[in-house]
Amino acid sequence: MDNPSVRHEKRPGGDAPPAVELIGIDKRFGPVHANRNVSLAIGKGSIHGIIGENGAGKSTLMSILFGFYAADAGEIRVNGRKVDIKSSGDAIAQGIGMVHQHFMLVEPFSVLENVVLGAEGGALIGPALGRARSVLERLARDYELDVDPDAIVGTLPVGLQQRVEILKALFKGADVLILDEPTGVLTPNEADHLFHILRGLRDQGKTVIIITHKLNEIMAVTDRVSVMRRGELVATVDTKDTSAAALAELMVGRSVLLEVEKGEGHPGATVLAVDHLTWHDGKGVARVRDVSFTVRAGEIVGIAGVSGNGQSELLDLIAGLKRPSQGQILLDGQEIGHLADPARLRELGVAHVPEDRQARGLIMTFEECESAILGWHNDPALGSSLWLDRERVQNRAKADMQAFDVRPQDCHLKSAKFSGGNQQKIVLAREIGRDPKLLIVGQPTRGVDVGAIEFIHRRLIELRDQGKAILLVSVELDEIRSLSDRILVMFAGEIMGERAPETDERELGLLMAGVRPGDKPEAA
Amino acid sequence: MKAKTHGELPAYVDLVLIPATNLVVALLVAGLVVLIIGENPLTALGLLLKGALGSVRGWSYMLYYATNFTFTGLAVAVAFHAGLFNIGGEGQAYVAGLGAAVAGLGLEFLPWPIALVLGIVAAMAMGALWGFIPGYLQARRGSHIVITTIMFNFIAASLMVYLINNWFRPAGRMAVESREITHIALINLRDAGAALGLALPPSPLNATVFLAGLAAWATWYLLWRTRLGYEIRSVGANPEAAVYGGIKLQRIIMITMAISGALAGLMAVNEVLGVHHRLILEFAGGAGFVGIAVALMGRSHPVGVVLAALLFGLLYQGGAELSFAKPAITRDMIVVIQGLVILFMGALEQAFRPLLASLFFEPEKA
Amino acid sequence: MMDQLQLIGEVLASTIRLSTPLILCCLAGLWSERSGIVDIGLEGKMLAGAFAAAAGAIFFQSVWIGLALAILVSIGFSLVHGYAAIAQNGNQVVSGVAINMLTAGLALVLGNNWFHEGGRTPPLPDTLRFMPLTLPGDAALHQVPVVGLFYQVFSGHSLLTYLTFSLVPLSAWAMTRTRFGLRLRAAGENPHAVDTAGISVSGLRYRAVLIAGVLCGIAGAFLSTSLAAGFIKDMSAGRGFMALAALIFANWRTWPALWACLLFGFLSAAGNVLQGTTVGGVPVPVQFINMLPYVMTVVLLAGFIGKSIPPKASGLPYSKDR
Repeated sequence: MDNPSVRHEKRPGGDAPPAVELIGIDKRFGPVHANRNVSLAIGKGSIHGIIGENGAGKSTLMSILFGFYAADAGEIRVNGRKVDIKSSGDAIAQGIGMVHQHFMLVEPFSVLENVVLGAEGGALIGPALGRARSVLERLARDYELDVDPDAIVGTLPVGLQQRVEILKALFKGADVLILDEPTGVLTPNEADHLFHILRGLRDQGKTVIIITHKLNEIMAVTDRVSVMRRGELVATVDTKDTSAAALAELMVGRSVLLEVEKGEGHPGATVLAVDHLTWHDGKGVARVRDVSFTVRAGEIVGIAGVSGNGQSELLDLIAGLKRPSQGQILLDGQEIGHLADPARLRELGVAHVPEDRQARGLIMTFEECESAILGWHNDPALGSSLWLDRERVQNRAKADMQAFDVRPQDCHLKSAKFSGGNQQKIVLAREIGRDPKLLIVGQPTRGVDVGAIEFIHRRLIELRDQGKAILLVSVELDEIRSLSDRILVMFAGEIMGERAPETDERELGLLMAGVRPGDKPEAA
Repeated sequence: MKAKTHGELPAYVDLVLIPATNLVVALLVAGLVVLIIGENPLTALGLLLKGALGSVRGWSYMLYYATNFTFTGLAVAVAFHAGLFNIGGEGQAYVAGLGAAVAGLGLEFLPWPIALVLGIVAAMAMGALWGFIPGYLQARRGSHIVITTIMFNFIAASLMVYLINNWFRPAGRMAVESREITHIALINLRDAGAALGLALPPSPLNATVFLAGLAAWATWYLLWRTRLGYEIRSVGANPEAAVYGGIKLQRIIMITMAISGALAGLMAVNEVLGVHHRLILEFAGGAGFVGIAVALMGRSHPVGVVLAALLFGLLYQGGAELSFAKPAITRDMIVVIQGLVILFMGALEQAFRPLLASLFFEPEKA
Repeated sequence: MMDQLQLIGEVLASTIRLSTPLILCCLAGLWSERSGIVDIGLEGKMLAGAFAAAAGAIFFQSVWIGLALAILVSIGFSLVHGYAAIAQNGNQVVSGVAINMLTAGLALVLGNNWFHEGGRTPPLPDTLRFMPLTLPGDAALHQVPVVGLFYQVFSGHSLLTYLTFSLVPLSAWAMTRTRFGLRLRAAGENPHAVDTAGISVSGLRYRAVLIAGVLCGIAGAFLSTSLAAGFIKDMSAGRGFMALAALIFANWRTWPALWACLLFGFLSAAGNVLQGTTVGGVPVPVQFINMLPYVMTVVLLAGFIGKSIPPKASGLPYSKDR
């Protein structure tokens, strides 16, 4: 224990060694330095939060602890003993359990079968299933973790599926439970209940590590919190000694309030009118419920909300990628919802910057000039009726690259070879370059460097000032607040209300959590 | 630390070095088989090359085989570009024989050039139909294209036996085949030579070989110079992005499978109108499956497909001559090589990448 | 009446015989695909097994050594497929196609080299075959109506056939009741779940392809040492693909797989019996009976009757990154 790189701090749990200690963990994926010499001690019987932006290295760090990846350097100690964790099996043997962001469940299996998987204790599963049934009953009593043990997991709602994940870990004897972005898929009520369960686990002596990028969760549930930024651990503090604002500043390393210079808006005629729009997913669940709003020429309407509350589906509906179950979408007064035809909508003047540029916005294996015409590849200006004129395609790509300062300016480079910010610029250039009436934008600056963020924000404001109608969806509240002329808040598929961009962050936060003004806050 | 395995390698490594290595390994294993049966692989290779390249006859047979393999290889390659694995080239080519034969036997009232063009179109149309149905079932009903095309090969096999036996076989003839097609034919190498005053050996090589070249060019043009080709490649590279780009996935799947089937169907033109001049049983003779090896080896690029088809043409013709000179090495050896090529250039494509990569990179860390 | 009963008995007995290789291959496919490895190389492995069994029986003058060799050779190809699919993340369909070609070619090249009979093996004498076993009481009861029919159908099959039918309940039990079966099914549905539970996905999948190898080897041995007497060219005759069709038909479940194989076996038997016969002066188009299994599979896959859902992860290489 006299490794000089370990800072000995006052730990909750008195003199007992920390439940988990990570010392000098280093990990690279090719050119990406995911973890840089990370050292961290987690006290027994505490809830420890690890917070950071997407890509800060939180999940990698925990995947190393859980034996999913091997660290390039560093060591792991559990209860003060150095351990060698080479696989998830080793981690489980050390009493570490993990609830992954994407559940590791076998959907056609029953809850019992999922729970015993990997802990059958014999060649036949019959006895293990019986044992699991009684253990589950006890856990249900102790921690309010009740689930029907015979239910088929695939048919359970996500909140219960997550509970099965926790049960799996506890059944295997986990003393340390890692949860990776556990609330991403939960409703606020489910999240509250989860926190309640986590506190119960802590009170019974379990150690809980929770990875998240949501500040309010950290403040609500953790005892201590570590902040990660660009692969480094930048601070570890007691939660009661810090504030959301202080953590946010540590997370991004810059002031979170991005001020964009924005003049007074001059909204004109209504371009987009969404009227009582409802959409049901394949399971018949309404993901967008009775949504109505308008976007006028020359204004940016921002949609705020925690991800997974129907914003993505709303974008898809307006872009023609999904067909409405009920209601109308009007573009300049013409009904377009029933078309469900993205190509036709582009012709009508709807441009769409998708939320996930890598999965959708670009074709990674294509040359840049080919990705730069995706969706516009039927543009008559690019050739004759059937043929594509390669020279014209390249000229357009080059012009777009120049206008948006895409680097490197090589239109024959594979799309995948550009950085996140440049990829986003390619998409943006393509979408707004064809003079659309309406631009719908999802997460315009996700995974984009600061310089590109400013560039993209400026461009969006310019477009607004040119009289375009812009619908902006972002999970970054600051982005919504600094760009929008009006803000709509979405929760559970519904529009909770409309607010001005100056509205207090707390008020927006409440709406995002599904609490309307005048509602009695629910007792936790 | 180990050398890096997934770093950036020069482009030619992926384009040339890795495929070449895989091919060499496949041929080495084939050589091993030859060694096991007690023959000298180098002698065998020499005989094989001489058999294919040592005479006009050898060349002409090689080109005849390559004609078939170009069609079936292009068929597989086009489907690959849309992310579809068409194992049904064999059945599509076989059924296309119906189109060629019906046109050849039924259009005798038309001037022969028109009938010939219609014969080619009819063969393509029947092949396209036999490809379109699995495409339709994949697009609209979600049936897996691999399984459906396998099933369609067997359905085609039974169907064709029935049709040739019951509809095409002239009364009283014992052999299960149609009557001779006399009205239209693609000119044979020997006849072409005779017209020019050259005495050439008889061979099945006929004018269809030019059609193969044309088909390869057309496939390249379609994929890289047309809007449809752009859509096909988009669907294959990233279906989700394609849908975002307004491309109709189901439509592209069906169209691509029809194009693929039509290309495979051209093989029937070679066999039915160019060589046998009648509809016979099993004329596809496994060329549909060779197409898989050809497409994999040619990396789904038409130029690569033509080169791979020539190589397989060489193997088939050379193999035939080889088995004549060395009866121990039967023509089935070619099937072995085919299997090895598919294994090493398809399924084990990346197997030697780490090894090659280690030659390019110094160890990363001490 | 007696004649017709006789005919029915013959067809049913033939159904059982012809179903045997289908069931073995279908179970092989079941184990492989439930673990997440698509196997269209069943045909090739069976053919390799058939050749190895016949050649081994001749060289070593023992049908048992022939059977052992069939299993070993088939396992060898299984492992090639497994290596391509598991270690190399190769395309499983491509690998299967390769194995089908490789085995078809190799059997003939080696066969011709060893036996000089154009790829066949010399015919096997009865002592080198798995001969029909008569159930006790057969001789006495064969002529008794009804009971006789039972004997006609169920007696007189080879040991391998009885083995095959006993493998069905064993397989069903192992798949649903054992730890191995549970883990294997999980690997085919969500390999990430298996990996995070500390179990090796590769290990499970290798064991699955191994089982497939054993079963295809037995199927091959049955073809050349029981159904026929010796190896002949292309003797697997698409049975591996028909088994694949049966597997889809059975929705990747053991007991339904048995019924599907029996159905397809029955269609083959009926096709053989009806060959050349006429109904009311019209010749029975046997080809249509032959294509029925494939047509039925296409119709089923298209969801026109029911729906078959393959294991979610089948055909997908497993890597930790999602």
